[in-house]
Amino acid sequence: MTEAALPAPVAAPAVDRERLTAIGFVLPSFVIIAGVFALPLVLLLGVSVIDANGLTFANYRRLLGTPYYLGVIWNSLRLGLLTTIIAFLISYPAAFALARAHGALRSVLLATLFLPLAASVIVKAFAWTILLRSDGIVNETLIALGIIEDPIRMIFTETALIVGAVNIFLPFMILPIYAIVAQLDPRYAEAASTLGASPIVTFFHVILPLTLPGIIAGVALVFSLSVSAYVVPTLLIGEKYPTLATTIAKAYLLAREPGFGAAAGVVLLGIAIAVVALSARLSREPK
Amino acid sequence: MMIRAAIVVCWVMAIGLALFLIVPLLVIAAASFSPTPVFDLPLTGASTRWYGRIGRLDGFWPSLLLSLQIALLSTAISLVSGTLAAIAIARGKLPGAGIFATALVSPLMMPGLVLGIALLQGFRAVGFTMPGATLLVAHLVITLPYVARTMIAGLARFDFTLIEAARTLGCTYPGSVLRVMVPALAPSFLIAGIFSFLASFDNYPVSIFLADVRTKTLPIRMLQYIEEAPDPTLAALSTLILTGTVILLFVSDRVVGLHRMAGTSD
Repeated sequence: MTEAALPAPVAAPAVDRERLTAIGFVLPSFVIIAGVFALPLVLLLGVSVIDANGLTFANYRRLLGTPYYLGVIWNSLRLGLLTTIIAFLISYPAAFALARAHGALRSVLLATLFLPLAASVIVKAFAWTILLRSDGIVNETLIALGIIEDPIRMIFTETALIVGAVNIFLPFMILPIYAIVAQLDPRYAEAASTLGASPIVTFFHVILPLTLPGIIAGVALVFSLSVSAYVVPTLLIGEKYPTLATTIAKAYLLAREPGFGAAAGVVLLGIAIAVVALSARLSREPK
Repeated sequence: MMIRAAIVVCWVMAIGLALFLIVPLLVIAAASFSPTPVFDLPLTGASTRWYGRIGRLDGFWPSLLLSLQIALLSTAISLVSGTLAAIAIARGKLPGAGIFATALVSPLMMPGLVLGIALLQGFRAVGFTMPGATLLVAHLVITLPYVARTMIAGLARFDFTLIEAARTLGCTYPGSVLRVMVPALAPSFLIAGIFSFLASFDNYPVSIFLADVRTKTLPIRMLQYIEEAPDPTLAALSTLILTGTVILLFVSDRVVGLHRMAGTSD
């Protein structure tokens, strides 16, 4: 009786109520992302261009106009680029082997990828300071093998920095690539060679384009992690390789120059946003 | 011929990569049993005395307690708010759901150090300077993206008509959520919880700007120990944390399967 008597327009408020419930559900997360993430970043932009006397671009002039700080920006980019390239060159072929592995071997290989993710960056960087000391294992092994005669200085060099950074960020490169390679249908490659394509043609025209989404994801992730790394350069190379990250920390924790630190932060943020935007664009493009 | 060479290269890289990744962890474990205060490897003997010294590290217990509290609390809050948001996004009744989903995971790609100074400025601007509380609120942004990413992926595979089915069969709405949705999402919940706990427990770049003398988190303490006087005590502490994490991962692997941990490979 009552059901039949319900007026038809009730359906519309029901949709509104569902929408209201949905908005209520996202509200806590929205408050966190807007209030504790987006707003502070906007404020940081403000801090970098406003001082006691009003609007100023002095911080950016200092950062982008002095050779020393241009060198600092280049150091960050160089760390990001070298780490990303080396990690990619190791991960890409390894992902194919990992995708073909079965049983116990596959479990062991996967475990070696996940285990380091469970260890803190500080612990791993600390391990490399032990490994690379002049009386450390790497030097002693090289001497024992007769490759070098006297210990070479490795810790606090760029080599140490890059070895440590590649080691720490490598899982973030291979996991997304592996995820795509594992789904790759081997019949594509078979079809290409059946149709007369050489292995090189098959690789560049079939396999590489198909695995591109994994490559883009891995490259974007490793570059944005390594370009802004702080613990790794601090422990493995120190003062003589200043990066944007160490400059930010210094400006806030030692020099008390929040405006300048904020400007360096905005530049680093700009690099991160460029990487995200570029990778989103590349992965959307039709192949 | 060329293909065979390529296959060999792939396997060499995979084995090399596995060894390269595992070496630092083995070194830390070995150094923790060093009989001397310097890290003489290979070991000439074994000693467990460094493990006994962990508790006597300057300021260790308050830092451990603080890090555990912040990691547990921020994970709990993120699990609730992140799951609610993921449900709203998955149901498709939310205007602009796609943009919001991207916004929820975007802190993952942003430099932690920049977030740290931004929060320091932001909290100062609104006069929010309570030492422990600022850390907790900041860690919500660190943990929420992990929960959101995992729960959105998990809910994308969940069939909401199952809830309707349970209700048709006589379940109340809360009852059907509890009996149908919660068990189906338990693996995602566990993975989200572990990842966000570890992200918070390990965080250095954000915490360093919000900690004061009395609220130093464990990673801040550990970096301080390394820079001041590294001895095998630190290796012992690292080994213990690593062992704890491995046990946690092993148990959850038994429950939900390690391949799901990738978050991408399923």
